[in-house]
Amino acid sequence: MDLIRIRDVRKTYKTGTTAIYDLDLNIKKGEFVFIIGSTGCGKSTLIKMLYREEKPSSGKILVGGLDVGKIKNRKVYKLRRKIGVVFQNYQLLPNETAYENVAFALEVLGLPKDEIHAKVMKVLDLVGLKNKAKQYPRHLSGGEQQRVAIARAIVNGPKILICDEPTGNLDPKTSMEIMEVLEAINELGTTIIMVTHDISIVKKMKKRVVLLDSGRVVRDYKEGEYK
Amino acid sequence: MKAFRILGRNIRDSFKSVFRNFSLSLASISCITITLIVVAVAIILSINVTNFTKIVEKDVTIVAFLDVDITEEEKEDVYDQIIALDNIEMNNVEFIDKMEISKDMMASSDVFDSIMGEWTREESPIQDTYQIKVTDINLINKTAEEIKDIENVDVVKYGEGMVDQLVSVFDVIRKGTYIVVIALILVTAFLIANTIKITIMSRKREIEIMRLVGASNINIKIPFIFEGLILGMLGAVIPIVITLYGYTALYDHFGGQLFTNFIQLVKPTPFIYYTSLALLLIGMIVGMIGSSRAVKKYLKI
Ligand SMILES: Nc1ncnc2c1ncn2[C@@H]1O[C@H](COP(=O)(O)OP(=O)(O)OP(=O)(O)O)[C@@H](O)[C@H]1O
Ligand SMILES: [Mg+2]
Repeated sequence: MDLIRIRDVRKTYKTGTTAIYDLDLNIKKGEFVFIIGSTGCGKSTLIKMLYREEKPSSGKILVGGLDVGKIKNRKVYKLRRKIGVVFQNYQLLPNETAYENVAFALEVLGLPKDEIHAKVMKVLDLVGLKNKAKQYPRHLSGGEQQRVAIARAIVNGPKILICDEPTGNLDPKTSMEIMEVLEAINELGTTIIMVTHDISIVKKMKKRVVLLDSGRVVRDYKEGEYK
Repeated sequence: MKAFRILGRNIRDSFKSVFRNFSLSLASISCITITLIVVAVAIILSINVTNFTKIVEKDVTIVAFLDVDITEEEKEDVYDQIIALDNIEMNNVEFIDKMEISKDMMASSDVFDSIMGEWTREESPIQDTYQIKVTDINLINKTAEEIKDIENVDVVKYGEGMVDQLVSVFDVIRKGTYIVVIALILVTAFLIANTIKITIMSRKREIEIMRLVGASNINIKIPFIFEGLILGMLGAVIPIVITLYGYTALYDHFGGQLFTNFIQLVKPTPFIYYTSLALLLIGMIVGMIGSSRAVKKYLKI
């Protein structure tokens, strides 16, 4: 069953730039998909439409049965609770500890304190940061900050984790550590879609790879095909 | 339960924010304070004037002096014509006999007593009168004119001018304060909107993350609305204290009346409590209007 269905989607920004042309793409539950392509080919635009940061200009996007293009602004939060998002620049709150940054995602949903504590400690353990829970972001390395961001993205148990160049600011070794974390999360059942420029990572991981060019899918490599 | 936890979190955030940008919050709070002090003065003034006007209006009497040589029949006639007028109720017209008036005057002074004591009814230059209370004080001029036109009515007197003038002076003051109050409220709402705007800007990252992790729009907006509410409430503290203690002190100082016992002040209780409540509500509403404006304008979600 397809968790994500993208049909004939086109995205033209207000500025007149068309970033995505008549794109079709299906992603199954539990898949790990890389999206690659040169700068400006529309990778970020494509995934932004998945979590409804942008609306498709035409076509249809179904995420877990929800017609993303039709969701009203004030209902977007329902979609967001099914999707975790991680960025290149971590997007952490600088004045909150690692623990608080992760807990924030549950506090705004109104979960009780003890439940928050249990869930936060579990994901911090999963990303290997249990012993740094009380550290502020400025005292953490880039890789550690990204782990906090990943922990925050998955603490609510989303079906899908979307990552836009999560290793863009990290050295190769740290990048591979992050990939190990993502793979572990994927193995627990979360579907992962990751945008990246790092071809060596893509080659090592041997996952499905979607190659974009000028807003179109030009190749869709099955697991292990991309060499 | 869940809603309460979110609410608790929101209120906590709002308080944090008020103190994080304290200098800015202080500017808003001061502005609300000044506005509400003026509002308090306006309310106190306006309620007292209304009260005073009512008292005065109750006492304003038209005195119609009848011709000296009027007959009993003619008196009846005048009476009938007076009560036939629009602005007059039957039981508000009282006949006062001239002998009664002399008696009163004689009792009040020895001089009067010795002079008037010898007058007979026919000799007396004092006139019989009708004392009339009108229903609507604003039409008193017209009614007085109409009474004057009645045959056998000699002169008509009432508190012309004095009451009118006092009431209209107070009215001007009252309207003036309204204008000042409205202007101040606008300025205050603007200042609060600005404070909230800066809070929104300084919490941009937090707002983005909240949206990302699936906080509902209301949940994102509420802390900012609360912040305005808190600013409004904090701004109401000093004006309320002034109202509670200041008005009571003023009342006690003047012994409940202003200049003469003619102008009675409104009793402090429960008046000061209602006024305080009104100030608190106005503070909260102005705070909310300000923050809602900012949220609408700067929190595009
Ligand atoms: N908000 C926007 N408004 C207008 N045009 C935009 C906007 N965002 C992206 N674009 C344009 O759309 C095209 C695709 O941009 P996008 O960010 O999706 O590329 P990308 O593949 O993610 O690039 P990169 O690898 O550099 O991140 C570009 O031409 C870009 O200039
Ligand atoms: Mg991009």
